[in-house]
Amino acid sequence: MGDLAATLLSAHGLTRTYPGVRALDGVDLTLRAGEIHALLGENGAGKSTLINLLTGAQPVEAGSIHLDGREVRPKSPAEAAANGIVAVYQEITLLPNLSVAENIYLGREPTRFGLVDRARMRREAALLLARFGLSIDPAQPLSAFSTAVQQLIAIARAVDMSARVLILDEPTASLDSAEVAVLFRLMRELAASGMAVLFVTHFLDQVYEVTDRITVLRGGKLVGERRTAALPRLDLVAMMLGKLPSGDSHLQRHAAREPGAPFVTVNGLGKQHLVAPFNAEIRQGEVLGVAGLLGSGRTETALLLFGAERADAGEIIVDGRPVTLKGPRDAIRLGFGFCPEDRKLDGIVPDLSIAENIVLALQARLGWMKRLPPARQRELADTYIKLLNIRTPDAEKPIQLLSGGNQQKALLARWLATQPRLLILDEPTRGIDVGAHAEIILLLEKLRDEGMALYVISSEVEEVAAYADRVMVMRERRQAGMLAGDDVTPSAIIDAIVMPGAVPPSGRAA
Amino acid sequence: MSGWFMAARSRLILLALVLLANVAVAPGFLELRLVEGRLFGGIIDILNRGAPVILLAIGMAPVIATRGIDLSVGAIMAIAGAVAAASVNAGHAWPVAVLAALGTGLVCGLWNGVLVTIFRLQPIVATLILMVAGRGIAQMITEGRVLTFTDDGLAGVSSATLLGLPLPVLIALAAAMITGLLVRATALGLFIEAVGTSPRAARLAGVPAPGILIGVYVWSGLMAALAGLIAAADIRGADANNAGLWLELDAILAVVIGGTSLYGGRFSISLSVLGAVILQGMRTCILRAGLPPELNLLLMALVIALVLVVQSPACQPAIARLTTRLRRRGAA
Repeated sequence: MGDLAATLLSAHGLTRTYPGVRALDGVDLTLRAGEIHALLGENGAGKSTLINLLTGAQPVEAGSIHLDGREVRPKSPAEAAANGIVAVYQEITLLPNLSVAENIYLGREPTRFGLVDRARMRREAALLLARFGLSIDPAQPLSAFSTAVQQLIAIARAVDMSARVLILDEPTASLDSAEVAVLFRLMRELAASGMAVLFVTHFLDQVYEVTDRITVLRGGKLVGERRTAALPRLDLVAMMLGKLPSGDSHLQRHAAREPGAPFVTVNGLGKQHLVAPFNAEIRQGEVLGVAGLLGSGRTETALLLFGAERADAGEIIVDGRPVTLKGPRDAIRLGFGFCPEDRKLDGIVPDLSIAENIVLALQARLGWMKRLPPARQRELADTYIKLLNIRTPDAEKPIQLLSGGNQQKALLARWLATQPRLLILDEPTRGIDVGAHAEIILLLEKLRDEGMALYVISSEVEEVAAYADRVMVMRERRQAGMLAGDDVTPSAIIDAIVMPGAVPPSGRAA
Repeated sequence: MSGWFMAARSRLILLALVLLANVAVAPGFLELRLVEGRLFGGIIDILNRGAPVILLAIGMAPVIATRGIDLSVGAIMAIAGAVAAASVNAGHAWPVAVLAALGTGLVCGLWNGVLVTIFRLQPIVATLILMVAGRGIAQMITEGRVLTFTDDGLAGVSSATLLGLPLPVLIALAAAMITGLLVRATALGLFIEAVGTSPRAARLAGVPAPGILIGVYVWSGLMAALAGLIAAADIRGADANNAGLWLELDAILAVVIGGTSLYGGRFSISLSVLGAVILQGMRTCILRAGLPPELNLLLMALVIALVLVVQSPACQPAIARLTTRLRRRGAA
C-alpha cells in the first residue's frame, strides 16, 4: 500500500494499557511525506492515546515508531519535537498573556550576550508569520487574537521547530468556514513542502475536502487505512461504527414483541445551540437506541431528557402528564436514571468507596435526613456487586481502583438501586473489556425483558441493531430519522447517519 | 473506632509530642487540679484558649471538603462580637445579645454561600470580600473603638464554669459533637464529600448540591459567630480590628493537619478538632518556654511545614517503606 520510499513515519503495533482497559492495541500508522492524513474514530477509539505515544506524552508499551527509517522513542513532547514530531491541540496550549513572539520562541528564545534578544525575536516572528499569511504585530499579547489566529500561530511555532510530522487535533472545532479555508490552504502548503500532516477531526466533510488518506481506529484497534478518494462516505461511517463489511448483522436480532405501554413521550424537545427539537416515544420493556456520529447531538438529547440541560422548546410527557425538568433531581423523582458518557468525570465519585458510589443516587432521592443505615448500605452494595458480577474483593475499596467495566457496572448498580422506570445510558460499553462488555449487553436485555424502558446511545451499530426495538438517528444536532421493526439494521442506521445523495447542510467547509 | 485511630495515628503522635514538649517546658503541665469546682491544668488551658480556633475548624472542615474555603471567619468573629457588645450596651439582655450575634453569623454565612452557589464566585474571592468588608462593618458597629461592656452574663460566655469545665471548652466540644452527628448520622457527610470530589457526578446522581454548598457556608458563619462571642466575652469588649485576626488561617491549617485536602473530598470533624488542639498546644508551649513571640510564628511554620511534607504524596511511599522495615526488624 503506497510508495515505500516516501514513507516518513511508520508506527507498528503500538500498544498502551490503562488499568483494566487496552486503550491502544497493536495499532499501525503510516504517514507519507507530502500527505494530509485523517485519523478518525469515535470517542475512546484510541486517537488521543495514539497521539500521546507519537509525541512522547506517554511511554510506548509495545511497538515501535520509525521516522525516516530510524527508530525513535520520544520520552517527552520536547524530545518528539526535536525529532520533528509536533502536535497542535484543539485547546490552544500557548500562554495567552505572553506576546505572540514570546509564544513562538518560548523555551528557545534567541539570545544576545546571554539576554533575550527581543528585537530579533520580534523580527523573526514577523517574518515567520508572514510566511503563513499573517500580518500581525508579534509584540501584541496572544490573547488579543481570535482562536483561529491563535491556532495558526501555534502551527507556525510547530513548523518553525522544524516539524516534519505535524499533528492537528480537532483544529477546526471552533473555527468558522472562512477560517477553516485559511487553515486548509496552510495545511496543503505544508504538505506540498514535504511534511506529513495528521489531521484529527469529526467533521467528515472536512476529511473529504482536504485529506489524501484515512486511518480509522475503533475500540483501540486499527480498523484500516484507505485512500480518501477510494472510500465512499457510507463505507467510512461503517468502518467507524463497527459495521461488518459482509451484509447484515452477525448478531441475532431479538424477536419482534408486542409494544409496551408508552412511558415517556418527547414532543419537539430542544435547546438552541445544543440540539434541534426532536420527537421520541419511550415504551416500557423496550430499548430506544440512539445512533449518530460524535458531535451529532446524540448525547445532548440525553442531557435534555434527564434535565441536566434545560430545554427551551417542546415538552416531555410522562405517564400521560406533561412534566417540567428543572434539573436531574426532577428526572430522578420521575424514575429516570442516567449513566453519562464520561464515566470518570460525570459518573463515578473517585474518592468514595464502591458502596458509597452505589447508594449515592438512592440516598440523594431519600434526602439527607433519611440516611441509609450502614448495614443497609453494605447489603445493597453486596447485592449489586454479586448481581452484576462487579470484580472487587470489598465494597469499601475506592471506586477508582476498579477497571472501566466494573466502574460502569457500579454506575448501573447506582441507578438500579433506585428502581428506575427509565434508564438513559450514554455509550454504556465504551472503553471496557470484552467480558464486561458482553455482561452489560446481557444485563440491558434482561432489564428490558423485565419491563424497564431503556434509552441507549451507542456508536456500536451492530449491537444497537441487535437489541434496540427502535433507533433514533441523529445528524448534525438534529433528528435525522426513526427506524422501527425490520428497518432496524446496521446498514439502514448507517444510511440514515450518512444520508447518501443529499448535500450536507454544513456551511463549514468553503 | 479502630479505623478512627488508624486515621488519627500520625496526628495523635504529634499531639503526644506537643504535650511532652509542654511537660519539658513546664513540669506539672499534665496535672489537673480542682479549685472551687473548676478544673485547672495545662490541657484545660489548651482547650480553653483554643476554643475559638476549634470552633472555626469545625465550620471550616465541611467548607474545604466541598472544595471551597472560608476566609471570612475571622471577620465574622469581629462582627458577631461587635453585635453582641452593642446589644448589651443598648440595654438588651445577654441572651438577646447572644442570639443577635449568632443570627449575624448565619446571615454572613448565607451571604458567602449565595455568592459561591448562586453567583458562582470562586470561594476564595467570594469570602475575601467579607474578610475585607467585615472588619469595616465591625468598625462601623463599634464606631472605631474597642466597645467594652460590663454585662456579666455576656462575659460569662468566656468565664463561666459548668460541670467543672470552662464554658468555651464545653461550647467547642458540644459544637464538635453536634456537627459530627449532623454530618455522619445523616447523609450530609456523604453528599458533602460527593460534591467536593466530583461536582458534576454528584449533580447527575441527584445530590442537592446548591443546598449543600449554601449550608456549609452558613454553618461556618454560625461557628465563627460562636468563636466571636467567646473572644469578645474574654476581653469584655469588641475589638473590631483585632478580634479573630488571622484566625481563618489557623482554622484552615487545623483542617489540613486533620487530613482534609484543599481539593475537597474526605473530611473529618474530629481530626480537624485534633488539628486545632495541636496548633494551640504548640502555641502554649512556645509561650510557656518564654521564647520571644516572633519565634512563635517561625516555629509554628516549621512544624506545620514538617507535618504537611510528611503527609504529602511525595513522602508517603518512603514512610510506608520505613515503617515496614522497622516492623520487620521489630519482629526479627
